[in-house]
Amino acid sequence: MSVRLIVPADLNPLRDPQDRRLPRIAGPCSIVIFGVTGDLSRKKLMPAVYDLANRGLLPPGFSLVGFARRDWAHQDFAQIVHDAVKEHARTPFREEVWGQLSEGFRFVPGDFSDDDAFENLRRTIDELDEVRGTGGNHAFYLSIPPRFFPDVIGQLKQHELAEAEGEAWRRVVVEKPFGHDLTSARELNDVISQVFPPEAVFRIDHYLGKETVQNILAFRFANSMFEPVWNANYVDHVQITMAEDIGIGGRAGYYDGIGAARDVIQNHLLQLMALIAMEDPISFDAKSLRSEKQKVLAAVALPEDLGRHTARGQYAAGWAGGVKVGGYLDEKDISSTSKTETYAAIRLEVGTRRWGGVPFYLRTGKRLGRRVTEVAVQFKRAPHLPFTHTQTEDLGHNALVMRIQPDEGTTMRFGAKVPGTAMEIRDVNMDFAYGGAFVESSPEAYERLILDVLLGDPPLFPQHEEVELSWQILDPIMEYWAQQGQPEAYPSGTWGPQSAWDMLVRDGRTWRRP
Amino acid sequence: MNIDLTETNAGAVASALVRARRSAGSPAMGMVLTLVVVTDEAGRYDAMKTASSVSAEHPSRVLGVIRRAARGPARLDASIKIGNNVSGEAVLLRTSGELVHHAESIVLPLLLPDSPVVVWWPQHAPDDLAADPLGSLAQRRISDSAAVGRGRRGALIAQARHYAPGNTDLAWTRLTPWRALLAAALDQHPVKITGAAVVAERANPSADLMAAWLQVCLGVDVERRASRGPGITDVRLQTRHGDIAVSRPSGRSATFTIPGEADRPVALKRREVDELLAEELRRLDEDNVFATMMRCVAAWSNGRGNGSATKRAKPVRTPEKKEKKKKASNKARS
Repeated sequence: MSVRLIVPADLNPLRDPQDRRLPRIAGPCSIVIFGVTGDLSRKKLMPAVYDLANRGLLPPGFSLVGFARRDWAHQDFAQIVHDAVKEHARTPFREEVWGQLSEGFRFVPGDFSDDDAFENLRRTIDELDEVRGTGGNHAFYLSIPPRFFPDVIGQLKQHELAEAEGEAWRRVVVEKPFGHDLTSARELNDVISQVFPPEAVFRIDHYLGKETVQNILAFRFANSMFEPVWNANYVDHVQITMAEDIGIGGRAGYYDGIGAARDVIQNHLLQLMALIAMEDPISFDAKSLRSEKQKVLAAVALPEDLGRHTARGQYAAGWAGGVKVGGYLDEKDISSTSKTETYAAIRLEVGTRRWGGVPFYLRTGKRLGRRVTEVAVQFKRAPHLPFTHTQTEDLGHNALVMRIQPDEGTTMRFGAKVPGTAMEIRDVNMDFAYGGAFVESSPEAYERLILDVLLGDPPLFPQHEEVELSWQILDPIMEYWAQQGQPEAYPSGTWGPQSAWDMLVRDGRTWRRP
Repeated sequence: MNIDLTETNAGAVASALVRARRSAGSPAMGMVLTLVVVTDEAGRYDAMKTASSVSAEHPSRVLGVIRRAARGPARLDASIKIGNNVSGEAVLLRTSGELVHHAESIVLPLLLPDSPVVVWWPQHAPDDLAADPLGSLAQRRISDSAAVGRGRRGALIAQARHYAPGNTDLAWTRLTPWRALLAAALDQHPVKITGAAVVAERANPSADLMAAWLQVCLGVDVERRASRGPGITDVRLQTRHGDIAVSRPSGRSATFTIPGEADRPVALKRREVDELLAEELRRLDEDNVFATMMRCVAAWSNGRGNGSATKRAKPVRTPEKKEKKKKASNKARS
């Protein structure tokens, strides 16, 4: 008996493919965050970095560089991160983890047009390579409005920060919105791609990092019982909902002129739809996943009469969850004539053999009944029922609902006999609570995505082609809406404007109450 | 909700569980596994507490089996705990009389249908986990050779000799963060390793497993040195350019050394049992790497004979030599 593990010669001898306990730890590297004083950075990025460190997934010597227009020293920056981590991190605060992490904090003050600041950044990075052993590997996280991208990207190029020597890498991370229409998305991409090759660009759609979104793939492709009914023979229609109970809050500057469709449908909902509708990928690598998703997006057909099959709305004053709230036009910094929609619903079809004739209804809105994101697959009714009409009066469509957030899980809805003498059938729910079955207290989406950026693992990041395709779907609708008048008002705290209900009634269907 | 049943049987316990769930208003079962904890009155509190905290990550039915005096008539007393901010269910089964030898007859009817079964011995485990009547119900059997008061290495060797697929030992789980760091070091510096050393407190089963792992993976001799602990204090990999080292003298934070670079602090805390158990429950299939380690430890112990288990740490020899010796001695015997 020879005691030897089988490891291919070119691999690390301590890494055995069978050894699944060992986590993948990113190689030596740093992250440079532009716009480090922003909300996203404080609430999501810094805590995610800490949580990763706490889980032991960051390399020894990992460093975090902040870049912003503040007169801070390294210690002040460390204090800001400290507060952000204490307040928002998911995992408990441990002094020894913090001690290890905080030694790698650097702060570079300056403007995006300030040559000295970028020269300083370059020195900082060189120093990190020297002292912390980051090995020339650096990710630039642009947590800034897109209008600053050309400046920053140009500076990175000019100061030779965008290119690394030898095996080392430089990556750039951008957040949505990826443009506000096809033209601007292309312009944005031109700016980035002039400096960074496609494989070095990571577009973060934090939805795709969510455990439950990835679970859609497991649910569909690891099981055998759902696949046979996952097509137009059995599925009547699909409803994809992302509802928020809050208004725009302090995001007036960002939101006004953008609206619900560009903010949510273009990225999150179309991505969810692609995951629900795509064919089996031949493997789970980035390329195969992406090509299947792209096929779905390319096959999407818009309704001919956009007026009858889309709806938009704007929240008005009302009572939401027991609180009296004002309307969109009353929000601070919003013009009283703003035509920006806060509710959008559209009907799409996917022109493939699997989905021909099955409408996909996508809706999103602010100040709706409650906060929920879900995908509901509604099945056709049984072609023949051996029961009388009165016996099945309460029987609806069978449905399979994937709840993305909150209360992640899956619900199946089917008919069951009501106990008692008479035959009476009513819908019941069968529930699987994701958070109840395994709780590795699910990592935050940003943890997963940041780690993937550092590992250079791209499956969860949309590429430019996907972004373009989704704008091609949305642009005609946005153009149509732009010609219409004011969006229909709906009272805050309700499930959207009347026109959205009418849009489904025309098809003989109704929206679920999620 | 707490329910106490005296002089009862498994059927009554099962129906009490269903009633308790109903009255809590949620008859659905989200539990993913049955965790059987074999313990005694002294260790019961800690063991059940740990199991319940793990239940927050892996909602489970926890069955605590306590063996009391074997004299007197057979008797089962049960106490059921549901809710109280704990997901899953916890049942404490106290057996006495002849029943102490047939605890599996109570556990079997209480296993969740079709779901995995895990047996955990927080302190003393039988030598042959898979042959144990309770152990044979499970696909995952967890011992902790570092938790036995004396003869820890003896406990590890016993596990190694009777290893069966599905067995695992928390002494191995304790190593994961160490191993992750060392593997990360070689990711960054793919250099040839010419030797290795493990420094740990005496009679530390994790140190044995670490030495086995390094030896098996790297094919080098592993030097063993004793320190005052706690646990493993130092692991070094020798290269042409100097040592790659992780040292943790304090049991909390460690220093990570790579030749030609500045030393870096890394967090490497000794983990609590609930974290270890939670890691174990994440994967319920056979741990092939651990199986190899067990073969390696068994080979060493055979080479050394039975009595040397608690001897002072000394350089270990390669298993190949052991194999030859073993074969030779087998020949001599036959």
